[in-house]
Amino acid sequence: MSEILSVRNLKIEATSYPPGEPPKTVTLVEDVGFTLEKGKVLGLIGESGAGKSTIGLSAMAYGRGGVRITGGEVMLDDKDLLTLDRAGIRDIRGRRVCYVAQSAAAAFNPAHRLGDQVIEATVRHGILSRPEARKRARHLFRVLGLPSPETFGDRFPHQVSGGQLQRAMTAMALCPNPELIVFDEPTTALDVTTQIDVLAAIKHAIAETGVAALYITHDLAVVAQISDHIMVLRHGRMVEYGTTQQIIEAPKEDYTRALVSVRQTLREEAKDQSARYLSIENVTAGYSNSLRVLHDVSLHLPKGQTLAVVGESGSGKSTLARVITGLLPPIDGKIVFDGETLPAALKNRSKDQLRRIQMIYQMADTAMNPRQTVRDIIGRPLSFYFGLSGKEKTARVKELLDQIEMGARFLDRYPAELSGGQKQRVAIARALAAKPDLILCDEPTSALDPLVAEGILTLLARLQDETAVSYLFITHDIAIVRAIADAVAVMYRGRLVRFGPKSKVLSPPFDDYTDLLLKSVPEMEIGWLERVLSERRMESGGY
Amino acid sequence: MPFKTQPRKTFSLNAIPLSAMIGLAGIAIALICALFAPWLAPHGETEVVGPIWLPMSSEYLLGTDNLGRDLLSRLIFGARTTIFVALAATVISFSLGMLLSFTAAVTGGFVDQGLSRLNDLMMAIPTLIFALVVLAVLPQNIWILIIVMAILDSTRVFRIGRAVALDVAVMEFVEAARLRGEGSVWIIFREILPNTLSPLLAEFGLRFAFSILFLSTLSFLGLGIQPPAADWGGMVKDNKDGIIFGISAALIPGTAIATLAICVNLVVDWLMKRTSSLKGGRGDV
Repeated sequence: MSEILSVRNLKIEATSYPPGEPPKTVTLVEDVGFTLEKGKVLGLIGESGAGKSTIGLSAMAYGRGGVRITGGEVMLDDKDLLTLDRAGIRDIRGRRVCYVAQSAAAAFNPAHRLGDQVIEATVRHGILSRPEARKRARHLFRVLGLPSPETFGDRFPHQVSGGQLQRAMTAMALCPNPELIVFDEPTTALDVTTQIDVLAAIKHAIAETGVAALYITHDLAVVAQISDHIMVLRHGRMVEYGTTQQIIEAPKEDYTRALVSVRQTLREEAKDQSARYLSIENVTAGYSNSLRVLHDVSLHLPKGQTLAVVGESGSGKSTLARVITGLLPPIDGKIVFDGETLPAALKNRSKDQLRRIQMIYQMADTAMNPRQTVRDIIGRPLSFYFGLSGKEKTARVKELLDQIEMGARFLDRYPAELSGGQKQRVAIARALAAKPDLILCDEPTSALDPLVAEGILTLLARLQDETAVSYLFITHDIAIVRAIADAVAVMYRGRLVRFGPKSKVLSPPFDDYTDLLLKSVPEMEIGWLERVLSERRMESGGY
Repeated sequence: MPFKTQPRKTFSLNAIPLSAMIGLAGIAIALICALFAPWLAPHGETEVVGPIWLPMSSEYLLGTDNLGRDLLSRLIFGARTTIFVALAATVISFSLGMLLSFTAAVTGGFVDQGLSRLNDLMMAIPTLIFALVVLAVLPQNIWILIIVMAILDSTRVFRIGRAVALDVAVMEFVEAARLRGEGSVWIIFREILPNTLSPLLAEFGLRFAFSILFLSTLSFLGLGIQPPAADWGGMVKDNKDGIIFGISAALIPGTAIATLAICVNLVVDWLMKRTSSLKGGRGDV
């Protein structure tokens, strides 16, 4: 067997500087080892902080920021990368090992044409001459299924879509004909409908060129489609390592089992969905008369139920939330809430109308003032809407903290001192503090790891049972919709494509877009990608 | 201090870095001089004690000036006017500039345009000429001097304040506050101000040093502090001719200005680090 990469006893450390304390050495990765054969793909999977990117980068003998590789060996063929000097490492990077970053939009220089950037490293290393490299780039564009491969390289990064940019980056990595490519979450930032195309293109290109790859992701269903082996990581240590089939079908460890079975909690939909507690009537909205984002959208939601709004980015689902809150008054149509028509603009709404509709954002980081403690963040709606102060207010804040399963010890923490899941929980408590009747959830779990997201969803479901609050849940994740929704609205390019009870919307016959959307959600099944590509009726919108 | 420190962490002297200690000590000395000038100074502020430009000696520790007055005494009395005028002007210019710029950034639209263009108009006129014209017309009074300096300086504060506030005003927590129904006052003082303190503090240190220099310039041109009252800038002017004859008297008040400016900035740097470290990782640790 021809081993291309072999990592043994890898140990990676970093120095952290907590404010007001002496610097500490933190071990990020310990005792990790694996081998990778020519033409094979190893999937590295784990939640954020598991060390998967750090391990991936160590294959290029690179440590981000203050990260140091302090032990073990990284053998590329028979050369230990960790013993090489700087010139030796430079010779390897971009020639024998290449890297594909998560955010292609941030990784490309906006001032240069794509073609020049794709061949830059190859020409620099003297592997190919400029005309030869251009020819190879055109060939790779074709392999990766990019449109008009002859002229694609003449475009600038802003002239192509996110999915195309990610494929261009893969072409850049493949251009010098490397032995190993490190893919660092290449599809995480993409819509599901775009992700499937990029995934297929990457898989095809790997098969075509016979390159070995490390594929880093947090989505087990994605990695199942592309890799031969999977390594599950947690807290910088290996949890389980095996063939893809073994990990998916017969996981040995509890943690892996949790990852495989995540989001299979199903919630029965409500029987009677005819009530119109919140009713959106023929809403057309946009940022100017020529730029309309929503076209004639009508929806309704009964009390105590959940309406999921799904669609890809740019479909207008977040704009819908802005219209309901009053941040963006609609051009036409109206919002009726609990029998009364809400004033279109935020400033015309009464304090009580504002109180009854609360919002939870996607990024809890930016949704909370970093200079306020948890006590202030949750306490403000209490004093603002109900005039609470002093002991009474503190008691209520503690009560809310208990409700979100956190507890009083978090009272005086700043948001920066909380984990991602805890931040989102505090944001939920802030919304709850107002005793709302409707909470608009704008992708509250899409920035979180699967198991943490699961916890948030369970919490939201429990709160709905306790307080009979209604949710308008914006998401692009069909699995979440299946788990929590009563009714579903599918949006595409600002129009409502499908709306009704979950059981109806998610069962055939489908319109073309819903069909594409449903089929694009990766399933925990080997061979799913090929099956779907052969079955679908419509090309994805981000193409 | 106008910002909230972390309540859980008890304040201890050990937590202050050496650079900030030096800065604090320097400011303390200057303030003590300013407050207790009549008791500390060996001679009177305007008293002629001997021949001009005497070198340093045990009787006149820093020598005498161009009229034969004791330099040390004038330096101590000068600390009063210099620090008071510069500090008052800087504080007023910051209050004014920040209030207007934050209002412009939060309100937007017509208010923002109006204030910003008015600010551009003010900045288009050279500061010194503007100050000369205004001060020549208005009566000679220390408060008028302070207000004129403050208003002229606040145009710069407005620029920076609006830029940093705009960055914060588009964040989701500000949107969340608006959705809650909060008024502009809460949004400005509770949501935006605490998140813009770091750049504004840095600017404060710089502006304070500039206003000492600006006061000196005005005094030099005869429109600032009126003789025979002492201020550091005016003392540099009085003694500048001595430099030609190798007499260092002008350098002494000059050094005092530089030292005070450095001390203020050392303290400001430390405050900046303290405030930015709360953001979690965004501070320069």
